[in-house]
Amino acid sequence: MSTELLKVVADSNQWWALAPEIMVACAALGLLVLEIFTPKEHHRFIPHVAVVVLAMVLVTVALNFDKTWGGEELFGSLIKLSASGQIARVFFLLSSLLVCFLATICLPRTRMPRVEFYHIVLVVTAALMLLAQSNHFVMFFVALETVTIGFYILVSYFRDNALTLEAGLKYLVLGALSSALMLFGIVLIYGAVGRVVIEGVVHTGFEYGIVADFLRHNPDNFLAVAGALLVLGGVAFKIGAFPFQIWIPDVYQGAPTPVTAFLAVSSKAAGFAVLLTLVLNVFSPLAYVVVPVLSVLAAATIIVGNLSALSQRNAKRLMGLSGVSHAGYLLIGVIAALSVPAAANAVWFYLFTYLLASMAVFGVMAHVAGADDTAQELDHYEKLARQRPLLGTVLAVGLGSLAGIPPLAGFMGKLLLFVAAFQAGLYWLLAVAIGGVVLSIYYYFGWIKAAWFETWSPSPATAQAPARSVAATTFVGRAVLTALALATVLLGFYQEPLTSWLMP
Amino acid sequence: MNFSNASLLQLAIVTPLGAALVIALGLPKRFATKLAAAAFALPALIALWLWSQFPAEGAQNYQFLSSLDTGLASFGISLKLGLNGIALPMFHLAAIVGLAAGLYALRSSAERLKTYLVLLLVMHGGLLGVFASVDIFFFYFFHELALIPTFIMVGIWGGRDRNYAAMKMTIYLTVGAMLSLIGLIAIYVKSDASTFDLIELKRAIAVQGIGAATQNNIFGVLMFGFGILVSLWPLHTWAPLGYGAAPSSAAMLHAGVLKKFGLYGLIQIAVPLLPEGAAHWAWKLALLASLGNVLVIGFVTMAQRDLKQMLGYSSVMHMGYCFLGIAALSTIGTGGVVLLMVAHGLSVALLFLLATSIHHRTHTFDMSEMGGLAQKTPVLAAFFVAGTMASIGLPGFANFWGELTVFVALWNFSPWITAVAVAGVVISAIYGLRSAAWVFFGQPTEALQRVTAAHPPADLDWYERLPALILLAALLFFGFYPKAISQPVDQALTSTVARTAPVSFQR
Repeated sequence: MSTELLKVVADSNQWWALAPEIMVACAALGLLVLEIFTPKEHHRFIPHVAVVVLAMVLVTVALNFDKTWGGEELFGSLIKLSASGQIARVFFLLSSLLVCFLATICLPRTRMPRVEFYHIVLVVTAALMLLAQSNHFVMFFVALETVTIGFYILVSYFRDNALTLEAGLKYLVLGALSSALMLFGIVLIYGAVGRVVIEGVVHTGFEYGIVADFLRHNPDNFLAVAGALLVLGGVAFKIGAFPFQIWIPDVYQGAPTPVTAFLAVSSKAAGFAVLLTLVLNVFSPLAYVVVPVLSVLAAATIIVGNLSALSQRNAKRLMGLSGVSHAGYLLIGVIAALSVPAAANAVWFYLFTYLLASMAVFGVMAHVAGADDTAQELDHYEKLARQRPLLGTVLAVGLGSLAGIPPLAGFMGKLLLFVAAFQAGLYWLLAVAIGGVVLSIYYYFGWIKAAWFETWSPSPATAQAPARSVAATTFVGRAVLTALALATVLLGFYQEPLTSWLMP
Repeated sequence: MNFSNASLLQLAIVTPLGAALVIALGLPKRFATKLAAAAFALPALIALWLWSQFPAEGAQNYQFLSSLDTGLASFGISLKLGLNGIALPMFHLAAIVGLAAGLYALRSSAERLKTYLVLLLVMHGGLLGVFASVDIFFFYFFHELALIPTFIMVGIWGGRDRNYAAMKMTIYLTVGAMLSLIGLIAIYVKSDASTFDLIELKRAIAVQGIGAATQNNIFGVLMFGFGILVSLWPLHTWAPLGYGAAPSSAAMLHAGVLKKFGLYGLIQIAVPLLPEGAAHWAWKLALLASLGNVLVIGFVTMAQRDLKQMLGYSSVMHMGYCFLGIAALSTIGTGGVVLLMVAHGLSVALLFLLATSIHHRTHTFDMSEMGGLAQKTPVLAAFFVAGTMASIGLPGFANFWGELTVFVALWNFSPWITAVAVAGVVISAIYGLRSAAWVFFGQPTEALQRVTAAHPPADLDWYERLPALILLAALLFFGFYPKAISQPVDQALTSTVARTAPVSFQR
């Protein structure tokens, strides 16, 4: 390697640009160091360190948000700085912060080690942030595998529960399968692009720009099309789109509640961040095959997700399967984004509203869950509104927003997506989506009904029978849940704070 | 002056919503009821003031306009408020019925009264917003804001079958609302105006119209979407069930005001923007409404024994007249529908209020188990008979003018349909008078005698009389002075429907 080349490489290594990821990753290591060097009675403060670091990085990124970043490529074009990458960073930091909040409620109930949990959450967060900014298939795959391996551990974290272990195994086997498919796709693309030249870092068949350029000239190359579809299949696994949604109900039920939330929000959003980049920037010349495939996927995802959620009585499985249908709505936005640029912003808007609402619901679930984290039935929510008006209200707001009921934020998200789909002329998908929304009202409302509407009991004995103990809320818990619910309501009325930031 | 009136309009909508927020954040109960009373009363006062400020001549456009960007300006959505001649009477209907329902709720024996008041205030704010919105997106948005509390109120404070009723209402009305939303988005996309502002939309569509086939499709979607919300036969089954189970104030606001949303949307948005679509569907709408809503439901209403179910069915039936007035596609018909909507809203709210008061005294809604109540509660009987007379459409009440003008307009449309509609008046006279007779006259049944022996029925309290009096006074006022509604409506209509029929609706 010539010194000239090294110099070029070193010039493009602008480490400051990755400061948020580096800080989060260092904090992850710092937690482990702290655990070794502090006395045992102080260990319960270590999670606070994770929370503080995440919050500080979040504030720093949000304050230094620069809309003008228009795609500078760093590190030999491994990383691309872009506005959407910034949005993704904020999203993942906020989501991880809330996951840590959920963990502070759930973890003390078990005898599992705590510090490692936050450590893995931080590592996964850093990897998620890199994933959303990757501009190179190798970077993409390494970041994705870091995320996935972190999740393998997190899903089976409560290892004394049989269902949790089952979930961990399922996620491991199916996740490995999807990674293999994706890797195969990447290799096919690399082979098709065909510059098997090892001349350093630049100009390889892994770089998004090169691949897009190749596809623009050869949109009908069979190997490249097959590779693209395999890669999209791997992403479909992450977002839980049909037919890759098989793992969702069991894994969501078995995983600890904070991890379920992490999977439902961050993992899904990561899939969509990647999907937007791939579909809009890399595979856009393949629209003639990508659009029909994604359209069928979107319709099937909405139908399957909603129909299978209808009969669920377990809260976590319900969240999982209804999350599948949300992936379907978002897929419509991704397809629309090919012809209507505003649709990409609508997807992010939707994801943020989904984050707020889901975290509010998971926050309530974390409080209601008993000793067995996997057994969270809808019947356990009976009389919640009477015993705990705050939790009941937050639950109703969160579920209402997920169902897309005005005036909550989720409705605005759906509206923007549907308007974009209308402008893109996706009438059939829109009809399916509307049908799905109506179906979803049934099961979301059924949950609200369980918490709010008391069923008439024939005798006072059965009426008072199982008074389940709902965990006491701390001051921080109340504040966070109230903030989530208030944000959901306010964004329904006044979208300026989010839109002015998402849509420069 | 204009500026301050516009902000008064904003204030009228913000007051109930703000009061709801304050109460929800934990105001003590004795302050909560006082604040709620003020929040119900203030919009009514503002509405009266705005009426006096509404110009008597030449007010073809929206008055009291104000606009606020909520962050969706790039999508053509902004919170634009204002009133035109059609919106003005509806805004007043919302304010009056909201005041009556609120006063009635303040002293109701509902458990968790604070939550009840919060939901009712949200509903009231939403209703005022619906009729003050110039932006058709916010028009829909405020409707949903008012609709959601209804489901919750039915589910928590409802009567028999409340869970089933709440679920059925939710699903039916959500489907209806979704269809309407699709229709509104379709107008937004197809007009190429890239705005939801009704004034801009009208201007854009006047310049380059929407194709006839597209108009037919969009109007069809809107007709059925709004139709479900207004209980167009055969999509009406949620209404009697829901009203039967709903607590009184929710039923008053929903049957009296919220249900008019769909009709108002047809009059204000669908017919003026999609005239060819309206002409295409007019006959189908007229057939559904006349044979289904008026005749079939008329007979079903006659067969009811449950007082609230009967009121629910009768309101479905009266919606048939409103649909017929719209289907006539003339300024006279449309004007008649606005009058009828206001009149029906007042009378059905009055009757639902009295039905609950009757239930407090008889502990049953089954009319065949009642009788002879007039001797013990003469004031209640007088109110109920007056409400029934109004509902039938006796001269002197506002309903009379509404039905009369609708029939006049229908005659030009089709004499046969008019014959069916007039037959409906006979049907409603039969069930209306019979229900009054069953409840208040004749001999009390044994079951009722046992109940009245245990709880001697008192006549109406002041807190029941006051809201009933407000509603009845409004009914009589518009009955003797329909010009108060017809004049602003006429001004608005000559500018919007003029191209279909340049006949003035005022005599």
